Amino acid sequence: MNKSQIPDHSPQKNSGDRNLKAPIKDFEPKIVGFLCNWCSYAGADLAGTSRIKYPPNIRVIRVPCSGRVNPLFVLNCLMNGVDGVLVSGCHIGDCHYSEGNFYARRRFAILKRLLEYIGIDPRRFQMAWVSAAEGERWAKLVGELVEEIKEAGPNEHFGGNR
Amino acid sequence: MKIGVFTCHCGTNIAATVDVEKVAQAAAEFPGVTFSTAYNYMCSDPGQNIVKKAIKEHALDRVVIASCSPSLHEKTFRKCVEDAGINPYLVEMANIREHCSWVHPEGEQTTAKAIELVRIAVAKVSRDRPLEMTYTPIEKKVLIIGGGIAGIQSAIDIAFANYPAVIVEREPSIGGRMASFDKTFPTLDCAACILTPKMVTVSQSEHVTIHTYSEIEEVTGYVGNFTVKIRKKPRSVDINKCTGCGVCYGKCPVRVPSEFDQGLGKRPAIYIPFPQAVPNVPVIDRESCLWFTEQKCGICQKVCPFGAIDYDMEDEIIEEKFGAIIVATGFQQFDYSVYGEYGYGKFKNVITGLHFERMVNSSGPTGGKIIKPSDGKEAREVVFIQCIGSRDEQKGVPYCSRLCCMYTAKHALLLREHNPDAQAYVFYIDIRAAGKNYEEFVKKVQDEYGAIYLRGRVSRIFEKGDKLIVRGADTLSGAQIEIEADLVVMATGLVAMPDAVSLAQMLHIPYDQNNLFTEAHPKLAPVETITSGIFLTGACQAPKDIPDAVATASAASVKALGLMVQDKLAREPLIARVIPELCSGCRACIEACPFSAIETEEIEDLRLRRKRTVVKVIEGVCTGCGICTTACRMSAIDLEGFSNRQIMEELAVL
Repeated sequence: MNKSQIPDHSPQKNSGDRNLKAPIKDFEPKIVGFLCNWCSYAGADLAGTSRIKYPPNIRVIRVPCSGRVNPLFVLNCLMNGVDGVLVSGCHIGDCHYSEGNFYARRRFAILKRLLEYIGIDPRRFQMAWVSAAEGERWAKLVGELVEEIKEAGPNEHFGGNR
Repeated sequence: MKIGVFTCHCGTNIAATVDVEKVAQAAAEFPGVTFSTAYNYMCSDPGQNIVKKAIKEHALDRVVIASCSPSLHEKTFRKCVEDAGINPYLVEMANIREHCSWVHPEGEQTTAKAIELVRIAVAKVSRDRPLEMTYTPIEKKVLIIGGGIAGIQSAIDIAFANYPAVIVEREPSIGGRMASFDKTFPTLDCAACILTPKMVTVSQSEHVTIHTYSEIEEVTGYVGNFTVKIRKKPRSVDINKCTGCGVCYGKCPVRVPSEFDQGLGKRPAIYIPFPQAVPNVPVIDRESCLWFTEQKCGICQKVCPFGAIDYDMEDEIIEEKFGAIIVATGFQQFDYSVYGEYGYGKFKNVITGLHFERMVNSSGPTGGKIIKPSDGKEAREVVFIQCIGSRDEQKGVPYCSRLCCMYTAKHALLLREHNPDAQAYVFYIDIRAAGKNYEEFVKKVQDEYGAIYLRGRVSRIFEKGDKLIVRGADTLSGAQIEIEADLVVMATGLVAMPDAVSLAQMLHIPYDQNNLFTEAHPKLAPVETITSGIFLTGACQAPKDIPDAVATASAASVKALGLMVQDKLAREPLIARVIPELCSGCRACIEACPFSAIETEEIEDLRLRRKRTVVKVIEGVCTGCGICTTACRMSAIDLEGFSNRQIMEELAVL
């Protein structure tokens, strides 16, 4: 099958989210963040100790390593109506377990393509690398993420059972 | 299930933006929660007593603490609930301070988030399993890889504490780089005079075993329990029979350049590297020995009065167990042949600092005379060039090698001491003399020993007659400089050993972009590696001078001894666990595990009534990263403390 025959499921054209309405006013998205214990969780802690403000939409699930995050966790969130999912680990090369984030990077690059393919707005699933020293970066990241998910609107892809 | 939730005000740290009482009230309604309260400082003694008292009075079996980050007080509360009789792994923390009260403004939303964080923690704790610390035995013996000054010092320290140490040294003698130095800065002690007594001490210690001419072949196992294969290369001389009389090397007809003298002198094919070698037993260099190259000669065997020469000796592999490993493999000189403009290999009178050390040594190949290698005449005008390879991102390494400034100053001083008519010129970029009495030493060399320091780089060196013309710039005066030199000495930087990477991979320790071994923390754990039980000392981690090498050696010894004195090693139970019934034996987890912590085992499958291969986790090696859990298609391998059920339960209540 050549490329032109592949059905185009990209969200711009097909908006799989069935969210053709304009962004809902006062929509406060629910976002889940899977944070590795050594870098990103500590980075989020640092944002706290530095009192850097960011929106309260994110719920953090602590895991030892981004390599621990099973794609099923992400799918489970999206199926249950979570509006956005973030997986954040140590910077590439800095993994506490030397190679866990390599696995995460590769695994979630594939998952992201799968999600796009099944029509989920790619903005709903994101990856980031935040070190234990990057409290400011963490706060900025969450701020931007919340904005993007607000633009994407509520996740009603699976019927929105929230 | 009776879960207790304890919400902390943390003074105003949490209470200023979160309605703590409301959180406590909301938590009381969560499934499984039978007790919920709030207190000003949960981590304080009265706070912990509230927890303990509630556990007793309300017969709680699981606890959630809603307060700060678990990195701060998870251990505190594990201990607290354990004191009250609950398994310490049945406690979870809701981080409502760092992740909530400190980063969001006061208001409904912030309190609502805090309540949700507690809800998630309650969900997780409901799926917690009681876990027990595991204990592994410790092999009370320390392996030291490398027998230079750092390795020797480590061995002495460990032997002093009455624990056995084994030194594995690749060369035929211990002593390392320091053995070839002449004097040491800034005190000008003779290196041999301070090193050889230590070499003797270590060789005579009943607690120290020395394997010279040996290399590490394989390392398996984990802290407390390393199994190491050591390859003993064939020395061709029986170390037990030889008395070190020296008849053999006196009679050997072969002469080849001496490695110890940096090729400035010659040695026979059967030789001891230097007179004070430990052990004082010769070795046959099979590459140049006539017996091995042409099957003739055999003189050494004939003249040896003790019958110690054994041409048929073969590689011997010995296997030993160790509880800890100290890596002291040192450095090599930067190969300055990349600086073609300095004429390496072309001009005989361009040498390195190590050549100079041998030349200036009174027992060295020139008897302490500083000569031009081209014609053997005394050198009078000597140019020293610093930062060869160091601080050069294009051709060398980006870091400063730290000791070249000092050893060059020492060379300049020794030059004048050995030949009062000589003149030293030093081309430098910056003088880095940070150390006790170091700056004073450089000053003394400049003021009292007349060394001329020129700030700038040498652009080119070329031969003119029997002189070397050194052309460079003095950036302070802005002048172009040309010096007619007899000898040019390169202050080559220190770089990682050529096989550092393969050793690091064998030991499972990380290394940086310069192949130097990486410490667990640059400030707070400078001699540890992230692989527990493996410690670093000396220049294998970063360039170090002798005092620093000795200091890190003692530091590494203390860390190793800290393990040796334990009866058994307690390990966190938050590691991977296999459910053999679900395991299909596909080994995907073995591939994924960065720590080689998973191995196969045969089990008797009762249902299938036959033997079957499944995997099992080596408890001492597993670090609890959980990478294997994601690789497993069957979810047959799970991670205690962050199990699939726990995480799914957290997600279920979102």
